[in-house]
Amino acid sequence: MEHEAIESAGAGAGSLGSYLTGFTLAVVLTIIPFALVMSGALSRPMTVVAIFSAAVVQIFVHLRYFLHLDGSSQERWNLLAIVFTALIVIILVGGSVWIMVNLHYRTLDPAVFLPML
Amino acid sequence: MSEAIGDIYAPAEEHGHSETVDRAAFGFWLYIMSDCVLFAALFATFAVLSRNYAGGPTGHSLFDLRYTLGETLCLLVSSVTYGFAMLAVHRGSRRQVLAWLAMTFLLGLGFVGMEIHEFHHMVAIGAGPDRSGFLSAFFTLVGTHGAHVTAGLIWMLVMMAQVLGKGLTLPVQSRLMRLSMFWHFLDIVWIGVFTVVYLMGVM
Repeated sequence: MEHEAIESAGAGAGSLGSYLTGFTLAVVLTIIPFALVMSGALSRPMTVVAIFSAAVVQIFVHLRYFLHLDGSSQERWNLLAIVFTALIVIILVGGSVWIMVNLHYRTLDPAVFLPML
Repeated sequence: MSEAIGDIYAPAEEHGHSETVDRAAFGFWLYIMSDCVLFAALFATFAVLSRNYAGGPTGHSLFDLRYTLGETLCLLVSSVTYGFAMLAVHRGSRRQVLAWLAMTFLLGLGFVGMEIHEFHHMVAIGAGPDRSGFLSAFFTLVGTHGAHVTAGLIWMLVMMAQVLGKGLTLPVQSRLMRLSMFWHFLDIVWIGVFTVVYLMGVM
């Protein structure tokens, strides 16, 4: 019986090269933040910026090389859905933190919340 | 899901198999996006409660980053081995698909095992979810992710049975592709977990 493969967008369209590239980048972007925190090489604010930057870049690496999400027309609706979801996530998480930090600032001892920043 | 929005809603029989597969993939993608919002709510809860120790243990005293790095690498390698399983699907090699799925399953099981071990240890030393707001949020967020991975493992077992029993038919391939989206998505959520919970917690 002849093998009929699905020709599809979504997660099916990868190649060996894309998985290996993605894996290499993801390992590097995982090791860097762990090494920074474990060694304490940078100051605290610098480390926070560095680990969140590494996380954001690694999320894009996973989307690009593992989920094969790019700007092609086949992926347009997937892309639109994730952009909208990203907006909701940012409002939800950013808004919650903003409101609660503000509440702490107005009602509690600053010593409690300042270490959070 | 080709040129126009009308295609998504067109009847399946006019477009044949690949259109049905694409529509199922897009529908599953929308489910994943809604799951993303669920995790966002748990991340927001954790961010708000992350310093509410109530005099209990802090992340710094509870977390061992080398252990977390081990969990992270388990999940990352399992993402790649699932990718290799999908490549084997496209080649039509049933044995290789089964071998890579089994490898992915073992790595995922290793991850869940490490997490259960960590949870058990924390509860045993009195750092369970009832200890503080921080620990309630921790167990909810990390536990929800772990429950998703466990669901993915069960799904993977079912798919291995289907590949064995039915072969690589189009519906089986279509399901394998959706499981791959789910599996890669869980790895993406874990990036957020190790950054926000573990790395920030230890600092």
